[in-house]
Formats: sequence, structure tokens, C-alpha cells
Amino acid sequence: MDFDLSDEQREIQSTAKELLSARSGAAVVRTAAEARSENGALWQEVSGLGWPGIAIEEHHGGQGLGLVELCVILEQAGAALAPVPLLPSVGVALMIQRAGSPEQQQRWLPGLASGELRGAVGVRGESACLIASASEADVIVAVEQGGSASLLTPAQAQIEPLLSIDPLRSYIEVTGEGEPLQGDVATGALTVAVAVAAESVGVCQRALEMSVSYVKERKQFDTPVGAFQAVSHRCAEMLLHTEQARSAVYQAAWATDADQERLPAAARLAKALASEAVVNVTASAIQAHGGIGFTWEADVHWLYKRAQLNAELLGGATEHRRALAELLGITAAA
Amino acid sequence: MDLTFTASESAFRDELRTWLAENPPGPEPVGDEEAHFAWRRQWQRRLYDAGWAAVHWPTQYGGRGVGVVESAIFFEELGRANAPLPANVLGLLLGGPTLMLWGDDAQKERYLAPILSCEEIWCQGFSEPDAGSDLAAVKTKAVRDGDVWRVTGQKVWTSIAQHAKWCMLLARTDNQAAKHKGLTYFLLDMQQEGVQVRPLRQITGESEFNELFLDGAVVPHENLLGGEGNGWRVALTTLMNERAGLAFFLQVRMRQLLDRLIVQARERGRLGDPLLADRLVGLHMKSEALRLTAYRGLTAIEKYGQPGPEGSLTKWMWSQANQELCQLAVDVLGPEALREGAPWAYELLRSRGNTIEGGTTEILKNIVAERVLGLPKAR
Repeated sequence: MDFDLSDEQREIQSTAKELLSARSGAAVVRTAAEARSENGALWQEVSGLGWPGIAIEEHHGGQGLGLVELCVILEQAGAALAPVPLLPSVGVALMIQRAGSPEQQQRWLPGLASGELRGAVGVRGESACLIASASEADVIVAVEQGGSASLLTPAQAQIEPLLSIDPLRSYIEVTGEGEPLQGDVATGALTVAVAVAAESVGVCQRALEMSVSYVKERKQFDTPVGAFQAVSHRCAEMLLHTEQARSAVYQAAWATDADQERLPAAARLAKALASEAVVNVTASAIQAHGGIGFTWEADVHWLYKRAQLNAELLGGATEHRRALAELLGITAAA
Repeated sequence: MDLTFTASESAFRDELRTWLAENPPGPEPVGDEEAHFAWRRQWQRRLYDAGWAAVHWPTQYGGRGVGVVESAIFFEELGRANAPLPANVLGLLLGGPTLMLWGDDAQKERYLAPILSCEEIWCQGFSEPDAGSDLAAVKTKAVRDGDVWRVTGQKVWTSIAQHAKWCMLLARTDNQAAKHKGLTYFLLDMQQEGVQVRPLRQITGESEFNELFLDGAVVPHENLLGGEGNGWRVALTTLMNERAGLAFFLQVRMRQLLDRLIVQARERGRLGDPLLADRLVGLHMKSEALRLTAYRGLTAIEKYGQPGPEGSLTKWMWSQANQELCQLAVDVLGPEALREGAPWAYELLRSRGNTIEGGTTEILKNIVAERVLGLPKAR
């Protein structure tokens, strides 16, 4: 039993953290958010470091590492709200790697691994469609109602931008048929859900850290408000939710790499816990910041907005809890 | 990262499982506290004879010297086998490790072996009527009189005091010193005139705990542990062990209760109610989050010598989830769960203590806020 990152994984973590704190600081994030645009230079840089291809097999041009390593990076990207299309691109790659034909893999994975091609991934349901996308995606995978999935190129698809409350990522609505992914779509979609959950854990961590440093500084009644238990206990609860989600995410990431029998229940658990945690923790962060937290000028709202979209992307908590009930036999039919 | 047991961890678990299957603890006596304690005493003797009484103790003291993961496996398997905790659990988990860290050679020689063999039961005399969460406020006073100390005061929440030979006693030896500095840790012989034990009846109707009245109780000077005025630091050792030790036993017990409730809900056709089904799923999620977070804590202890931020969270998570589970059982089963003497009625009432005993949730949140998040001291 070793439930911790390895030295190599910690190295990846600290490299990502250092780079993003230098390149994706508050001003960079604000500029990108207000312009609703990606940061192309940063995408070039992280592509050069191999991030988009970290979990893509080596013979397709990736680094051949696992979902744990990918989750380590996505957690940092989430914490920094890095304005790059990392999640949509790695999400598409995970789907194609898991469920695509050899031809589809050869066609798309090398470009996605190098960062030259960028992706979009999400769920196309009967009533709602939520697909996270690079600003101009080269390849789209839509998981369909009923468990199939379609791969579409922009030429095959009608793409409508979905202007969401999260200005730091593009979302689209896609119609059109494309070609089917014929492999294990279900596992692919669970894997992408884990990736989204990992990014959400990073969002939680950042919301917690911002709140803690704010309540240490902010004084009322001549006292840092963090000394009041109503405030400090809120922060303790933010940590609780963050760590619970983190435990579940890394179990699921590890299961993807090492024990796929555990994956369905582990991935459902991770996405449900992370969806609940990220909404709860970022809402708490606004509250902990008081009036300041409600202003456009403070940066906590970017986190709250990302949280809302991430909570829904690849299935909300309700959907994954329902699926867990099925898996565990907590249903009338079982 | 590897969330499977290593070969040696698996071998340890398999050996223990085999032994537990061949040596069931026998039926749990119900409604008779004396018989219940005798059962647990008997159980520890059997563990002891087979070398299982304290797997986490070093081999030189009669343990198996295993790591924290095996120790967790031990408590998980005990819970899974529906076996009780050994009678001398306070000695095994708290007293022994505290002695090993702070005791001199003579003390270790004298006290450790009878803890292990269950010849001498230990209890813990920390809390007082006016010193609960604010433990350093203890008023029980110890005054030096030649070669002995005379102790006067009152302790409360002292479980198994009526069976105990020794008490880990925290008392004030210096009124002038600062609150945390005037305390000393004693090993008090319970079998003497100056010690009176009165059962404390709790909301379940039974008496797991006692009040302890000390009136000139005598402690020889050689029974100080860790030296005069050092009691707070020694007590912290005991408290740290309290929080780390039982998490896995409790976690497995909660999982068993949840699985039992799911079966009962199915038998009564209640799983068709999506609201109840979702609450059961929610408890599954909490139970899994607890188990996984507890394992992360073990790895942190193994690799870095101390738990990470997650280590402060498990008792809080368990106590709240266990209360929620018991309440859900009442909602699923209705009045049958509320009959006097019904198992769930007992669990429901007993669970109210979970967020109080061993550190209230409020204190745990303070600890998380101050020591993990670095927030200013609470007011």
C-alpha cells in the first residue's frame, strides 16, 4: 500500500506548479477571461514540455505515462486556471486512445500529443449538450446518450459557441454525425470524467488557499477574521471536501492505470465527490472573502464559474450517484 | 502509488484471517456488562497466546514490530470478523506506546508485559468536569510528600476504570506555573483506598464510563512518567495515539453497519424510494472517502513519519458519517428501529457520543484550522 505520489510524480507536480505560477498569474488569467481568449504562448510552452501528450502512448508521440501523472498536471492547471485548452485536448486524446480505431489513433493522437492539434470533448444528451473545447478545435468527441460516441471534424459538424459563465474555457454545442468510436467508449468517458475531477480538485485547492490567506489578513473587530470560528471552521470544511475529493480522484486515476476492474465505481465516486466539492468549496471561498468576494475585481469568481461548469462536464454529481447506486445494487431491481 | 497490499502485507492479512476464522471470538454477551468485559478479556488472552495482542509493538516488548499498514489491517480484520477490541485496548494503544517513548527502563520492564497479557488493565484519567476540550485546565492536584505524591481531585469519562489496575493520570503539580507547564503524568494504582469509581450512566442507559474520585490517593515518586512538569507533552503522546489507532476499526464497523442497512432496506422494499437510495449512496461515498483518506494518512506516516493534512480529518469524517448512517437507519426502518433495545436504537443513541469523545468536532476543526491551515488561534 502506497497512497502517495512517487518522487517522479512530485517532480512533475512542482515543475507544473512553478511554471504556472510564473506564467498564469492573476493578471494573465484576468486578461484571458475578459477577452475570452486562450493564451497561445502558454499553450506553445506547455506543449513543448509535453503536457498534452503526457498520457498518450509513446508510439503515438506521447510520453507514455499514466492517468496519475496527467491528473497531477491537471490539478495544477485547475489551480492556476491556466488559459490553455489542456483538458479538452487531453480529454479527446483519452477517448480516442481508449475507444478509437488504429486509423483514428494514427490520424489524431500524434497531433494531439504535440499540441499542434487541439480538441473538444463532452456529452451530447437529449436535452443538453456540454462540450468543452479549445477555441478552435481540430477534433471533437461527443459522448452520446446511450453510451456511443462520435468523432467529428469541424468540417463534419455544425458548431455553435456556448457562451457560458466560465470565460476561461470555450464550450460548444455540436450537431452533425461524424464517425463512431467503436471501442470501449464507457471506460473512455469514465477516464475523462476522472480528468475533469482532477482539475476540479486543483480549483478547490486554489479556492482554499486564497480564502485562508484572505482571512488571515482581513481584520474586523481588530482581529483577523480567520480567528473567528465561524470563519475558520468554514475553512476547515473546505479542506475536508478538497481532501476527500483528492483521495477519490487519485484512487480512480490509479485504477485507470493499474486495476481497471475498480475503475467504474472509483471514477463515479471521484466525479461525484469532486463535482460536489468544487461547487461547495468555491462558493465557500466567495463567502469567506465577504463583500470583496462578490466583486468582479477579486479573482475568486473565476474559480466559482469554472467549478459550475466542471461540476456538469462529463456528468454531474446526480448522474454519477445514480450510476453508483446501480453498480452497488442500491436499486429496487437488484 | 500502489493501492494494493504488498506481498508481505497480504501475507500478514491472510495469516490473520486464517487465525480469526479458526478462532472466532464467540457470541457477544448482551445486556451484561461484566460478562461483556470478561468476554473481551478472554479474547485478548487468546490474541496474546497466538502473538496477536499488539502487532504494532516492537518485538522486544512482545509485539510483532509491524508497520502502520499491517497495524491498520489488523484492526480492519478484527472489525470484519466481528471480533471485539481487546479488553486492554487503552493499555495496548495508548499506555504502551506512551511508556515506550517516555518511560525509563525499570518502568518499561515493570508495566509493558502485563498490559500485553491482559493481567493488568489500564484506564485513562485525563478529562475532568471542568477540563474537557480545554484539557490543560485540569485541577486534580498532586502534592509531594517525601517519596510519594498525594492526589486529590475528580476525573470523568474514565472508561473501564472499574476493571483497571493502572490509570494514566494527568494532575497539576505546580499552581504557579503556566497552565500547560504545571502538569505531571502519573501512573496511579487504582486499587487503593483513596480511589473511588462511580459508574456514569449514559444516554443509552448503560455505563461505559465512570467518574473517578481521588482523595489523597498515593503515587510513589518512581511512578512519574516523563518527569515533573512535563505532563502536557507526555499526554499529547497519548492523545496522538488515541486519534491514529482506532480509525480503521471504526471505519470497518461503519461499513458493516451500512451494508447491513442496505440489506435491510432491500428486504423491506425500500430501495425503490429514490430519496432513500440516494442517501445510502451518499453514505457509501462518505465511507469510501474515509477509507481512502485514512490510507493516505498511513502512507504519509510511513514515508514522512507523521500524517499529512488528511490525518486530522478522519475522526471528524467518521463521527459525522456514523451519526448520519444511524439516523438514516431510523428513516429506512421506521418505528422498529426505535424500540427500546433494538440494535439500531442503541447505535443511534451511542452515535451521539461520536462527535464528542476523543476530541469534539469543534476542537478537531480548530486543530485543522490552526495547525493545518495556519489560521490564527481561535477565539
